[in-house]
Amino acid sequence: MSSAPDHTPAPPSGGSPLLEVSGLRKSFGGTEVLTSIDLRVDTGTVVALIGPSGSGKTTVLRCLNGLEQPDAGVISFADGPAVTFSATTTRRRRESLRTRSAMVFQGYNLFPHRTVLQNVTEGPIHALGRTKAEAEELAVRLLDRVGLAERRDAYPHELSGGQQQRVGIVRALAMTPSLLLFDEPTSALDPELVGDVLRVIKELAEEGWTMVLVTHELSFARDVADEVVFMDGGVVVERGPASQVLGEPRQERTQRFVHRLLNPF
Amino acid sequence: MGETWQLVLDSFWPLLQGALVGTIPLTLISFALGLVIALVVAIMRLSGRRVLVGLGRAYVSAIRGTPLLVQLFVIFYGLPQVGLTWAAWPSAVVAFSLNVGGYAAEILRAAILSVPAGQWEAGYTVGMSRAQTLRRIILPQAARVSVPPLSNSFISLVKDTSLAAMILVDEAFKVAREISSATNEFLITYMEVAVIYWLICVMLSGVQDRIERRLERHVVRA
Repeated sequence: MSSAPDHTPAPPSGGSPLLEVSGLRKSFGGTEVLTSIDLRVDTGTVVALIGPSGSGKTTVLRCLNGLEQPDAGVISFADGPAVTFSATTTRRRRESLRTRSAMVFQGYNLFPHRTVLQNVTEGPIHALGRTKAEAEELAVRLLDRVGLAERRDAYPHELSGGQQQRVGIVRALAMTPSLLLFDEPTSALDPELVGDVLRVIKELAEEGWTMVLVTHELSFARDVADEVVFMDGGVVVERGPASQVLGEPRQERTQRFVHRLLNPF
Repeated sequence: MGETWQLVLDSFWPLLQGALVGTIPLTLISFALGLVIALVVAIMRLSGRRVLVGLGRAYVSAIRGTPLLVQLFVIFYGLPQVGLTWAAWPSAVVAFSLNVGGYAAEILRAAILSVPAGQWEAGYTVGMSRAQTLRRIILPQAARVSVPPLSNSFISLVKDTSLAAMILVDEAFKVAREISSATNEFLITYMEVAVIYWLICVMLSGVQDRIERRLERHVVRA
């Protein structure tokens, strides 16, 4: 579990930035959701975005994956596109970001009319131009890792939520992105299924995958994240090593948020 | 009584022939072409481009806001005056295809919109373009939703093709008019042709059930 998976680009020596975001701004119909977000993600590290609902965490993630068009700001990948956003940025330009990252959704968003295997091979075959044999070989190997190789011919509705989300993770991995994005990956799961999914994410982190994780699971964030970024009201309020931000937060807003999540009653 | 029965038997084959060479092929061809038109118009209306949206909306409005019989007459009797002369059969096919296209466009548009936005995003995140996502992810799911309303359109079309008798296309109803005017047996002949239309529609409903069951295999209702 210590070496990087053989289908990922070999991680450059640690500490080099994979992703840099500066001045990211986004409004929806006059409401400013992101005010000016800066973010840096180093290769091989895990960044956890935490914060109250409506704080803009998910919007950041969606901008990184090119699902949302920021109004301003720069998103640049060390090994690929750097996009400066303005009112005139084209959709094509925004979508050039997409191949660098892959998203794992809160609600899984598996394709209901495709089998587990087809869910995983759809992108590699039809977007990356892999052969069917290549794509299936990789898909089965990845499914095996998350304990689902035997369910390859099942349809999503035949799986539990935890199994569906593991397929969602494999579907993202199969795109061999340089960055994995997780949008509250366990929020839709029954409590007893959360552990299976978190275990998979933790293994990926230990293998050296670079990821940005939006989560409400603070103990998990403390466990896997190298850096925690606390957002509130569309701005980054505090950032730092997980143990510091979650253990001894400096900002009052962070302190209140962490306290509320750790002591719900 | 025996005489009536004989009349029914004698006219049955010509009427059925009218259905087989007229009604049924006219329906199948027009519906297939209509679906192609509908898909194009539905995508235009969903494209977000103002000109395309406007054109699509105008087309649907014109088709739904005018009688099919008038559309048929414009194409068969009207267009030759501006140099576009069609035989009766192609005129009927054009009129019915355009008509189905207008109604089915709305059905397909609603069906595409009924697929959750997350499915588009999942397609995008695995690198597919909008067109690929539409074709491989969205349309298969929209198809399932659209089968019941499309079946309604299809069954309506079976009956609407009787209007083609007005421009002298050989189909079941035109045959019925000829037989009844020759024999003066209006009630029996028209009842008989009604039964033939009804049988065709009953068979089609059976086909619809089978398609629906096939498409629903892997879908759980939310």
